[in-house]
Amino acid sequence: MKDKKFISYLFEVAWILPSVAIPVSMMVAILVTAFAVGVRVPTSAGRVSVSAVVAGTDATFSQTGLREIAPGRYEAIMLAQTFMYTPNTIEIPAGSKVTFVLTSKDVIHGFKIEGVPVNVMVIPGQVSRVTATFDKPGEYLIVCHEYCGAGHHVMFGKVIVN
Amino acid sequence: MASIAARARPLAISADLSVERKLAGINIFIAFAALAVGGLMGVLQILRYNGLDLYTPAKPLLPGGYYQGLTVHGVLNVLVFTTFYIIGFLTYIFAKALNRPLASSRLAWATLWVMVSGLLLAAIPLLTNNATVMFTFYPPLKADSLFYIGLTMVVAGTWLLLVNMILTRNAWLADNPGQRTPLPAFMAIVTMLMWTIATIGVASEMIFLVIPWSLGLVGGTDPVLARTLFWFTGHPIVYFWLLPAYISWYTLVPAQAGGKLFSDPMARVSFILFLILSIPIGMHHQVADPGISEMWKLVHAVFTFGVFFPSLLTFFNVVASLEYAGRRNGGEGWLAWIFNLPWGKPEISAQLVAMMLFAFGGISGLVNASYNVNLVVHNTSWISGHFHLTVGTAVALSFMGITYWLVPHLTGRALWSRSLGVAQAWLWFVGMGLFSHFMHELGLRGMPRRSDIGGAPYVQDEWRFFLFFAMIGGLIMFVSAIFYYLNMIMTLTRGKKLAEVPDITFARALSGPEDAPKILDRLLVWVTVAAVLILINYLPTIIDIISTATFDIPGRRVW
Repeated sequence: MKDKKFISYLFEVAWILPSVAIPVSMMVAILVTAFAVGVRVPTSAGRVSVSAVVAGTDATFSQTGLREIAPGRYEAIMLAQTFMYTPNTIEIPAGSKVTFVLTSKDVIHGFKIEGVPVNVMVIPGQVSRVTATFDKPGEYLIVCHEYCGAGHHVMFGKVIVN
Repeated sequence: MASIAARARPLAISADLSVERKLAGINIFIAFAALAVGGLMGVLQILRYNGLDLYTPAKPLLPGGYYQGLTVHGVLNVLVFTTFYIIGFLTYIFAKALNRPLASSRLAWATLWVMVSGLLLAAIPLLTNNATVMFTFYPPLKADSLFYIGLTMVVAGTWLLLVNMILTRNAWLADNPGQRTPLPAFMAIVTMLMWTIATIGVASEMIFLVIPWSLGLVGGTDPVLARTLFWFTGHPIVYFWLLPAYISWYTLVPAQAGGKLFSDPMARVSFILFLILSIPIGMHHQVADPGISEMWKLVHAVFTFGVFFPSLLTFFNVVASLEYAGRRNGGEGWLAWIFNLPWGKPEISAQLVAMMLFAFGGISGLVNASYNVNLVVHNTSWISGHFHLTVGTAVALSFMGITYWLVPHLTGRALWSRSLGVAQAWLWFVGMGLFSHFMHELGLRGMPRRSDIGGAPYVQDEWRFFLFFAMIGGLIMFVSAIFYYLNMIMTLTRGKKLAEVPDITFARALSGPEDAPKILDRLLVWVTVAAVLILINYLPTIIDIISTATFDIPGRRVW
């Protein structure tokens, strides 16, 4: 086989164009879902003093639990620690929109709710704030998905949607 | 190409590379010893996921059970195996391509001794359950300080190789004015440059945050800063693992398959792009982190898509080279030439099946990098599935494939069984294919990574089916590993002495370096470009974190 025949610019261009087009079109799809559809990722939500959280003197995290802030709108203040969430179960009516506000008392934990786009790290000294709407009734599993010690695999919670 | 340089002086004598040969042998031996232990931990894990608990009988050796085993698995496989193998392989390939020993043999030995001392120091807490913090060692998890000091020494040792390479290349350029750096040597030095810049992140994390904190010199630390510095290194480390495999795919496999490299300039361009783009993208591992703005996460996601481009160039160039080889061997048709590749050679089979699985690893990697899509998979077993295709197959199986010719080359003993080598490669392909597929499936169904699933109260019924097949895949891999180690032990002890030791043949290129712009060889230019991009993509976030940090988070021993 002739080497010259094997090297053709068309051959290279036919590869380079899709190599550019594929990532660019995927990026456009991501931008559309993020900014037109509104599927956003966690962002900075401020810092918090770990010692105040542990002592129970932090204004936000001294009162954990669920509260209704508007009709159908809830805020869940939660704490993560080895190897549990407080509160461990959140119960809401179907169609509720819940903002979860979390921090950790000790090491890094994870917070992923199956079935909704909630996936955030819970880091001591940082506030994690994520929001999801629960349309379908049922039980949604919350798992800690960051290694947090010997009991990591028993750390889970539930969102119960009635 | 080295071969071209050598041909220009047909009577050129092969340089004395005895030091480099020894270093390659020792490093690769340490690497595979680590992989044997680390890999065995993987078998315990997948059995435990299916309710077979071997941690109880293993308790005297592994007091920390599952999580200690998992830390050993991660540290030995992705930090020790990869780093030692790469340093050994690059030391030798670099010297061989320049046909010149490293500038300082003392520095070359120092590289090894610093790395080995570090490994031994880190091994003490790791094996005594005093560093059960995973290979990511996220503070506030707090291991014994020897763990951090040891790992830092391993990294610092690798820097010495870069220094040696720069001295050697400068001397070579002085002796060969106007010549292009041979492609394998060019790729080796670019890999080490990229890695050295990348390790500024983890080295800073260790030296300024974690080591003083673990020694008790400071009371607290900042976990987000530590994570950000970790992932500064933690993403480019995957290219540090991959690029040596690419060096083999670009400069050795085409020749071993009976062909030539398609394009030398395109290979140089892709390596320069890896040098520039590997590092300023690390925050796509932190998409789910609080404390980092979503806009910077998006910028890093966009740049991650940018680094996909040199990967596709590599894919094209390597497959085009293979196609050329297949056709030279008499292959025809659109795809039928594939059957004319020398599949009976274990070094070829292993690397070809590694490339095939790597294509899927690349695809799942794109999902991980995709900003909001990452929320579906972040920290699930999808991620474990992904990197078992990339570092666990593209890298590890290619490294095994390379040893099928490199060990005979270094020891002068023929490979004990070539057919066992071919079988090993295919078993790895099937085992890893199954394991990884089902880990991806489990991740999509919400199974977290790194969790002792065998003891978890939340295991879903549908997971059990997938876990069973993941175990079958894992056991097939175990058989593959036994084949590999058996073959290597028999080669080292019983392998037939070769009358004539085969030399290394680097692939000649269809389109050679003379077609590549000269500026590609001016590494300082590209290091500057890389530095500028890194500063743009990292400085605002790091300044923001440091200016708000209180450095008061205490360490915890929670295992």
